[in-house]
Order: sequence, then C-alpha cells, then structure tokens
Amino acid sequence: MSGTGDPGRDLSLLRVMVLIRRFEEQAAELYTQGKIRGFLHLYIGEEAIAAGVLSVLGPEDAVVSTYREHGHALARGVSAASIMAEMYGKATGCSGGRGGSMHLFDVARRFYGGNAIVAGGIPIAVGLALADRQLARKRVTACFFGEGAVAEGEFHESMNLAALWQLPVLFLCENNFYAMGTALQRSQAVTDIASRAASYGMPSEPVDGMDVLAVAQAAQRAVEAIRASPGPRFLELRTYRFRAHSMYDPELYRSKEEVERWKKRDPIPAWEARLREAGALDDAGRARIESEVAAEIEAAVVFAERSPWEPTEDLLKDVHTEEGIVA
Amino acid sequence: MRVRSTYREALRVALREALRDDPRVLLLGEDVAFYGGAFAVSHGLHEEFGTERVRDTPLSESAFLGAGIGAALGGLHPIVEVMTVNFSLLALDQIVNSAATLRHMSGGQMSVPMVVRMATGGGRQLAAQHSHSLEGWYAHVPGIKVLAPGTVDDARWMLPAALREPDPVFLFENARLYPMEGTYDDAGSPAEIGRAAVRRPGRDVTLIAFGGGLPKTLEAAETLTAHSVDAEVVDLRTLRPLDAETILGSVRRTRRAVIVDEAWRTGSFAAEVAARIAEEGFYDLEAPILRICGAEVPMPYAKHLEDAALPQPHSIVQAVLRTMGRA
Repeated sequence: MSGTGDPGRDLSLLRVMVLIRRFEEQAAELYTQGKIRGFLHLYIGEEAIAAGVLSVLGPEDAVVSTYREHGHALARGVSAASIMAEMYGKATGCSGGRGGSMHLFDVARRFYGGNAIVAGGIPIAVGLALADRQLARKRVTACFFGEGAVAEGEFHESMNLAALWQLPVLFLCENNFYAMGTALQRSQAVTDIASRAASYGMPSEPVDGMDVLAVAQAAQRAVEAIRASPGPRFLELRTYRFRAHSMYDPELYRSKEEVERWKKRDPIPAWEARLREAGALDDAGRARIESEVAAEIEAAVVFAERSPWEPTEDLLKDVHTEEGIVA
Repeated sequence: MRVRSTYREALRVALREALRDDPRVLLLGEDVAFYGGAFAVSHGLHEEFGTERVRDTPLSESAFLGAGIGAALGGLHPIVEVMTVNFSLLALDQIVNSAATLRHMSGGQMSVPMVVRMATGGGRQLAAQHSHSLEGWYAHVPGIKVLAPGTVDDARWMLPAALREPDPVFLFENARLYPMEGTYDDAGSPAEIGRAAVRRPGRDVTLIAFGGGLPKTLEAAETLTAHSVDAEVVDLRTLRPLDAETILGSVRRTRRAVIVDEAWRTGSFAAEVAARIAEEGFYDLEAPILRICGAEVPMPYAKHLEDAALPQPHSIVQAVLRTMGRA
C-alpha cells in the first residue's frame, strides 16, 4: 500500500473517519430520544472527504461549510463535546446554542460554519480569500458545498469572482448525486461538474470521494498549488450519502439496491483494509481507535447533558455587538 | 467651518477620508472605479487609491455582497456599493441570511464590520423596476442597522459613524438628493446612530420624515406657516435602531403626528412609527395619526402619474390641515 507516507497520519485519517461515523450514529440515536431537535443532516458515507481534505490544511487556513457539517467540524478539531452541546441547544455549544446542527462555528479554528442556505457560503469563502489576498497572507480558504449548489446563481457568480480576481480558494464540491431527493441527472443539464468549474478557467478535477487517500492527495496538490500561486482550484469529490437526507426523509427517490451498492464502497473498511494489508494496523490498534472514540463521544454526551441552559433573559444577546462601537 | 457642498460631494469626502485613514477599508461594487460610480459618488477615487481598494465587480450582487461579508470576517472593512436598492434584491440572501445572522448564529463569535451603501427612491421617471423605496424592508431585520441620510451634513458624517460599527450598517442614499446643495461642518464628528433630529422646531404638529421625504416635508412645513400652522419636523435619520424617544417627545408637545414615507403604505416603515406612537403616546394625541405614503402601484413612468404616486409638499400640507381640523 502506498499511504500518505506518514504512518501517523494514515492512522489519523482512519481515526477521524471513525469519530465522525460514531458521533453521527450517536446523534441519530439522541434524535430519536428527542434530545436533539431541528434538522439533523448526517454525513455517514462521506467521511473520507472531511478527513482527507482537512488533514492537509493548516491552522491559518479557513473552512466554510454547509448544513451537513458535523464531519467537517470534527475533522477541523472542533471538540465533539462542544458540537454535541450545540445540538442539545446548550450555552456551552460551539455556537452558544444559537445555531444547532446546521450552524456550527468555531472562529478560533477558523471554522466559518454551518451555512444552511445552499450555495450561501460560497461568496463568503470568496471574501475570506479576498481579505487574504489584500493583506498578502498565504492562506487558503476551503469551501465545501454539495452538487445541489451548482444549480444556484451564487455558485456561478462566485466561481467567476474567484477566478477573475485569482483568489486563494479551494472549492470542494461534495457530489453525493442527490440534491435532497432530486438526482443529479434530473436537475443539471451537464452532470460533469468538474468540467463546469473548468469553464471558469480554474484547474478542476474529479476525485473518488470514497477513497480517503485519493482525497488527501488531491487536496494536498491543490493546496500546494494555491499557496505557490494564488488562484482558485476545484475538486469534485464523488461520494454517497448512506443515510436519509435528514431525519424526515422516507427516501422515496432512490432504491435500496443503489444504497447497498454504494455501501460496499464504505470508505472506513476500505481504508482499514489497506492499512492492515500494509501492516500498519492490527486488531488491537483497531480496537484502540474504537474505544478512544467511544470514550470521547460518551464524554461529549455527558458534557451536553450536564451543561446549563442559557437563561431566557439572554435572548437578545449577540444580535448586535453589546459595546456598540469599535475603536 | 461650514463647507458648501452637494450631498454627492459630501459622500465622496467621507469615502476618501475612510480610504485614507484605514488601510483595511475597501470600496467594492459595480462601476465604482473606472466609471466613477453610477451616481459619480466615487469619481476619481480609484486613481487615488488604486483598483485593489476601489474595486469594480461583475454584475453579481449576491457574490460581491457575500464577498464583502467574507472580507469583513477576514479582517478588512469593506464598503459595498450596491448600485441601487432595486438590485439589492439580488443579494437578499446574503443580507438577510448571512450579514444579519452571523453574529447571533455563531453565539457572538463573529463580527461583520461592513457598510453597504445604495441609492434608493423614485421620482426620476425610471418606472417600476428602478424606483423602489425599500429601506423599511431592511429595517425589519434585526442584526443590521439602517441609516437614511436626508441632509448634506449626514451625507458627510454618517459614513464614518457606520464604519465605527462592528456590525453591518446599511446606508440608503436617496438618488434625488445627490445634487442637493447644502453645507456640512468640516470639523464635525461621526453622526450618532440611533438618534433622530428635530430639523425644524414647531408647536402645532409633528411631521416625521427621513431620507428623500425630508426636503419635501421641510418645504411643506414652510408653506404651512402661511396657514398659521407651526410644524415641527423630526428627521428619523436611523430606521433601525429607531429613536422612539425623540418622536414621542415631539408628539407629547404638539399632540399631532403626520408621517411621511415614500414607500407603499401597506407594511411601510410609517406603519411602524404610527404603531409606536399609538402604543406609547396614545393619550398625548388630539387627532388620529396620519400617514402620507407612496400610492399602492408599481411606479409609473409618466411624470404626472409618478408625481401623483409619491408624497409631495402639497399633499403633506393637505394632510396636516386635515389633522388640524382645517380641511
């Protein structure tokens, strides 16, 4: 097996994917218990993308994400406890209980969240990159969105702006082939998304989003290229959502056979097998990851359960800056 | 010292000062650089500050307004010029779903220090798609502040006030006012946001206006002296936050209120002002509150029809005489 070349990083990719998977399984369970409410969009099946892409970013880089962002947040290092508390609506959540599952933010980690309007985060990513360019900082802004966003005007306006101004943005299209319940071929005249990005004059390539190594390597190449010479790059990461769109979706639009077919390409066992084959992982190592992750998630649930509710008197906090004026 | 100036030149002086004093400030918008601004407000500024800081954008309101948000998050202090309020409708997603929400939705982690300027209002025979007065719509949204300069002095001193705010501020410049002549204090200081002004003291009736409605209302007040009516004119200046104290204080003295608003009457900002007076000043009133608003029609092109669709000094005079029991 040819891994990333760094055994520690190879194992970390597995650990991050397992963390995301188990965290979301726990979240789904808590949703059925009524502990988590609102919308809950699970990322299960797509973990290789978050794990792979975020493994190549530095702390100075920025991340802009969507409403299916638990995986991105966890892979960015936002704590499981603060995400769980957020989904409980607790004051200790990563957005103070004001955002919920769809609006996770952690500015200290330059995680600019949690945008639940499809394509709405893309112009913001372009602006973050504009600031970097204007202030001569060698940072990259990674912008995640789904293939549904490609139909939105904001997507096309933003591609043009990023390419026109040669801004350091890495566009990451997570193509899971369904915009909610509408299949790609039922919503897009041209289904080859990478080619559409290329039409704006930016380097663009499709990537197997079920292969964490392929994702990490493609992201590494793209990030290095952007740092060397600012200008946007685009990756179309082909993947599949194993679970329903949200907790309310009876999945009338796709067949069980199709889902099962994709599950055979589950990125976690696939990567695990390659690590075992290379002698980089044994049963004990695998069990250790599982138990560490279980402990982290258990602690997150305990933290969320025990955290206080914000007093209702604070309802109007943080609409405007309290102090008002900056110097 | 009072300096003679047009409203347009006063805005330009404020823009130039902002670009000169703070390297983080940039002006972003359609035709702001080489064209000189659709209303010539930014004329010449790109030659002084370069096209990186006075930056022409493509016609993509949503992307460049969203980029303004991202640039603000990234450490710049953008002034985004949307050519007119009519086109701002193409950027509503970024305004309402992002600019106004990010601070709160992130639990207070994020600030969007951005100023959005746009021309507003009818009265120039530009028909139904170029004559909107939507300041009141924007004032509906918590998370943004809405300013409506109606004097040359406010054109000069509201921008620096807006730039001191850590949150998004919207500046509505009535397009009819750009050539208006007046004076500003060149040793003045940033306007106080959230403070209305009594532009003309009077004893008999309170006329409440803002932006493009202000000069017409002042003219009406002068005409009313011939009818032995001494009208007080309150200029709201800021629609959000609203200075209810000044309004109620004036109504308490005059016991009559007439509100002038060029927008459509139904759901207008005038309705909000009327409701505040009714809620908190009902027992001070000696006559019903009256509103003089735009007619409920998409703006017609023909001049006589457009004149009839907008509040005019004579219609304001008639309304005042009605509330005084003289008509």
